[in-house]
Formats: sequence, structure tokens, C-alpha cells
Amino acid sequence: MLRVSVTHRLGSFTLDAAFDSENGLTALFGRSGAGKTSLINAIAGLYRPDRGRIVVDGTVLTDTSAGIFVPAHRRRVGYVFQEGRLFPHLNVRQNLLYGSWFAPREAGGNPFDRIVELLGIGGLLARRPANLSGGEKQRVAIGRALLSQPHLLVMDEPLASLDEGRRGEIFPYIERLRDETRVPIVYVSHSIAEVARLATTLVVLSEGRVAAVGPTAQVMARLDLFPLTGRAEAGAILATRVAAHDRAFGLTVLKVAAGELRVPHLDLPVGAALRVRIRARDVMIALEAPAGLSALNVLPGTVAEIVAGEGPIVQMRLDCAGEALIARLTRRSVETLGLVPGKRVHAVIKSIAFDHHAFAGAVPGAASADAEIAEG
Amino acid sequence: MGLIGLTPEELTAIRLSLRVATAAMLGSLPVGLMAAMLLARGRFWGRSLLNVVVHLPLVMPPVVTGYLLLILFGRHGVLGEFLADRLGVVFAFRWTGAALASAVMGLPLMVRSMRLSIDSVDRRLEDAAATLGAGRVWVWLTVTLPLILPGIVAGMILSFARALGEFGATITFVSNIPGETQTLPTAIYTFLQVPGGEVGALRLTAVAVAISIAALLASEAVTQRASRRAAGL
Repeated sequence: MLRVSVTHRLGSFTLDAAFDSENGLTALFGRSGAGKTSLINAIAGLYRPDRGRIVVDGTVLTDTSAGIFVPAHRRRVGYVFQEGRLFPHLNVRQNLLYGSWFAPREAGGNPFDRIVELLGIGGLLARRPANLSGGEKQRVAIGRALLSQPHLLVMDEPLASLDEGRRGEIFPYIERLRDETRVPIVYVSHSIAEVARLATTLVVLSEGRVAAVGPTAQVMARLDLFPLTGRAEAGAILATRVAAHDRAFGLTVLKVAAGELRVPHLDLPVGAALRVRIRARDVMIALEAPAGLSALNVLPGTVAEIVAGEGPIVQMRLDCAGEALIARLTRRSVETLGLVPGKRVHAVIKSIAFDHHAFAGAVPGAASADAEIAEG
Repeated sequence: MGLIGLTPEELTAIRLSLRVATAAMLGSLPVGLMAAMLLARGRFWGRSLLNVVVHLPLVMPPVVTGYLLLILFGRHGVLGEFLADRLGVVFAFRWTGAALASAVMGLPLMVRSMRLSIDSVDRRLEDAAATLGAGRVWVWLTVTLPLILPGIVAGMILSFARALGEFGATITFVSNIPGETQTLPTAIYTFLQVPGGEVGALRLTAVAVAISIAALLASEAVTQRASRRAAGL
């Protein structure tokens, strides 16, 4: 359990943000300059906020009204920085062990081997940071933070400095971290794709304030947040399960609440859970179940909400058997089709939604998927 | 005539010079490092004053520095009397005085070199160390110090070299006593004051050149090694 409330002035910028979150991975999402890094720096104790209260699992780290400010080195908040910040004068093993010099000896054996194995960095131990690739550096940085036995792990855009391929290399490790260790994670990102894939709880920050907090799928389905999440990238998340593989056509069938989705083959076992992010711009609306259409994916649903945006475009939220789907259409289409809340429609998901922003390399075949596929 | 044609007096001057320079270098190391840290990181009243005091010997005529040292640390100087009576430390007309004069003259160079390297330390690495549980002292010992080591070494070499060449402040403060305060430069000067002394002056000049080249080569090697280490290569 993490409770954060921080007010701090930095020149003309004011950070005034508060959120609570359960364990798991909490994503702080927002544009650059929204105050994401300032917020986690306050959590890590890298500065003393003007006013604020930060509590991790019942331990008060900052409480300005009570005059409490635990210094950074006694907080047990592991920090994975955007640029890694490995110590250049130490080799990988020494970097990894740096935090354990100061962490209390805890029962349960040495986690070193387990974490080295988890992150796949066993072959790098004797190397110097200068001789590591970007992806390797970030994995070592994550391992170094974990080995300081943190009570909370904060990660500041750990993938931002990496190219697509290297990102795909790190993703599975962060997911394993989220699922296999008990350490809660606060993850800063300005990439909706990362958030969709990783976050349990989503906090949307805008100009220093919290615009929304909640379970990821719920927050991402909110139409009023579109200006913040970015129109082009906006989309909803569907929880799916691999139902079958259609070998003859090289397709995988995913089961969602409202029906089935067919996507290019995914190398996952039947029954595996997947998050699928379907972008609003890839969804078309039909009044009747379409026939004679090349699109493979049609889900029945009900219009739940229509929000007019700027100019001719409107955003629409559909309720597909309890799950939200977001569509982006012209105002003219809405009028022609007579779309109003409560109307029953069919959502057609375009098959050309091939996405290189998808998590290349993470799920084999995901790069050519129908929509963005996120394992998890 | 002893080793490679050097007279015992000349050998004494060489040995003394090396001893004075080494003492000056080692003695000013803690002072210089502390001053460099304060100037680079400190935010306190009187910081510019400290900066001026440290750099003064660089801009004042060495004779002035030497005379000020004489006033302060002479046998009847303000501090000299106190140090002699209470601690038994005497600088006036001793080799220790020559070392003190050299240390003061070399301090600005040492501090400058160290300060530059402290300024170039990525302080975000220190933040990273703090999040890993290191308190301020440990951060300094395990991150800052290794990263500024090249600057420290370079500063020490500069101080040593300056001490070897120091003339004005030394001769003003502790005079030119053979075997006690007569270093290489003052010995050369003395040779040049007497008829027929040119040969001796030339021999000592050759020695001075040799020592300087050796010191520069050593500094180059050490700095390079330390830099490579700090850069993680």
C-alpha cells in the first residue's frame, strides 16, 4: 500500500499531486513536464517537498506537518533511473552488490543468484558499465536497485533511452518483477503502450496534478482523458485469453467477454492471458453485423458515451459485455448512423492495424498482430 | 666528487629539494582537498573570501608571500611563536619552513586541479548511491573520491613540481642555508653568485630538468591510469 501526497513549487511549476495505490505496478503516466519525475524523486527522498506525506506499507517516509523526513539512504526505496546511472568505476558485480553493503542482512539466503538469473545478467558480472549495451545497462540498474532489498521500487522511464528492440528485451523482466517479487513498483512513463502492458494501477498526471487514478483498463477507457493520453495513441484494453490456434490460416483466436478476436499467430499456449490494446482509430462502427467484409473481428456492444472533441471528430465508448472499447469517428458518421447512448452496434476492428509500436520481440509474432498485443 | 660528478653539497641540495617537495605535496593534500570540496560544493558565507585566500599566492609576488610567512611563522611571528612554544614546531630557517613556503605556493594549483574534477562529477551518481542506502560519508568515499582521483593525482603532481621550482618565497622566508634550506633553485642561484660557479650551476640545472621530466612522465602515466579507471575502461 502506497499513499502519496506532495505539494512543491519549482519556479513557475507547481506539483500538487496525491494518489493511493495497492501493491503491483503503479504507472505514473503523463507528458514530459507533467511532474512525473518530481513526484518519484519526492518518494525516493531526493528532495524535501514544501508540503507532503508519503507512506509506504505503513512506514511514514515524509510528513512535513509532523516534521518527518527520512533521508534517501534510509528509505529503502530502490530507484531505477532513466539513464541507468551505473557507477563507472565499478564492474557489474560491484555495482550489483553496492546496495547490499548497506542493506541489513536478512534471513532467507542471498538473493544475488536469483536476481542475476531473473535478469539474465550472469554473463556480464566482470564487465565494466562502459562496455555494456543500453539494454544490459538497464537490466543491471534494475538488479542493483533490487539487491538493495527495497520496500518499494521506483522506475523513471527505464525504457526511454532504448530502441524498440532493446525495449522488447527488458519488458519480460519488468513483468516477471511485477509478478514474481513482492516489491511494489512505481513506474514512470509517457508511453501509453508501456502503461497498457505493465500497469496494475494507472495514475494520469497533467501539469503537476493528478487527472485520474484507478485500475488501468478503467482509466484508459475514460474519454475525458483523451487530450492527456494523446489522441492518436488513445485506446482501450481488453483482457483476453488464448482460445485456440488456427494453424491452417496462421491465426490465433483470442477469447474476450464479447466474443472472439482473430489475430496473426501468437506463440503462446492455449489458455495464456493477454492484454490487447485496441486503438480508437482502428475501430469502425456498424449498425448491423456486417457481411461481405474482409475484417475478421466484429464485437457486438452498446454505445455508452459520446464525447465531441475538436472539429469533426468525436470519441465514443462502447460497452462490449462489460468491457470498454473506444472508437473515434467523424461527427457526420455519428449523425448519419443516429448513434446515441444505449444504441446497439457492432464494433469492427480493422485488420490492417499492424503496429510496429507494438511490443516487438516480447510476444513472438506480436509485431504483425491485429492490434497491440500485450502479454500479462 | 661523488655520483656522476656531483659534489656532496650538490647531492645534499638535491636530496633536500626532493624531501621539501614531497613534504609540501603531502602536507597540502588534506588542506587542498578540503578547500577544493568547500569551494566546489559549499554554500556558505565567506566562500569567495576562501577562494581569494587560496589563490593569493598565485598572483602575489613570491617575495611578498615569503615575507608574509616570515611575519606569521617566523621565530617571533604571530603563529610561529605559539607553534614553537606550545607544539615545538619550528618553521623559521628550517627545511620545514621551505616545505611550508612551497606548499603555500603550490596550493592554488592543487586546489584548481581538484576543484575541476569535483565539478565534473555527475552528482546524479551520488543520488543513485544514496537511494542504494549509502549515507553522505559513504557516498563520498565510494563514489566521489574514486571519480575525482585523477584530479587529486594531477593536483599532487602540480604541487610537487611547483615545490621543486619554488624560489622567491623560500629564500625570503627561510633564507638559503646549505644543508637546511638550500634547495635546487637556491643552490643554483648561489653558484651563479660566485666566480667559477657556472659548472656547478649547469650540473644542478641538468638534474632539475631530469627530475621535472620524470615527474611529468610519472604524472602522465598515473593520471591516465586513474582516468581510465574512473571512466570504467
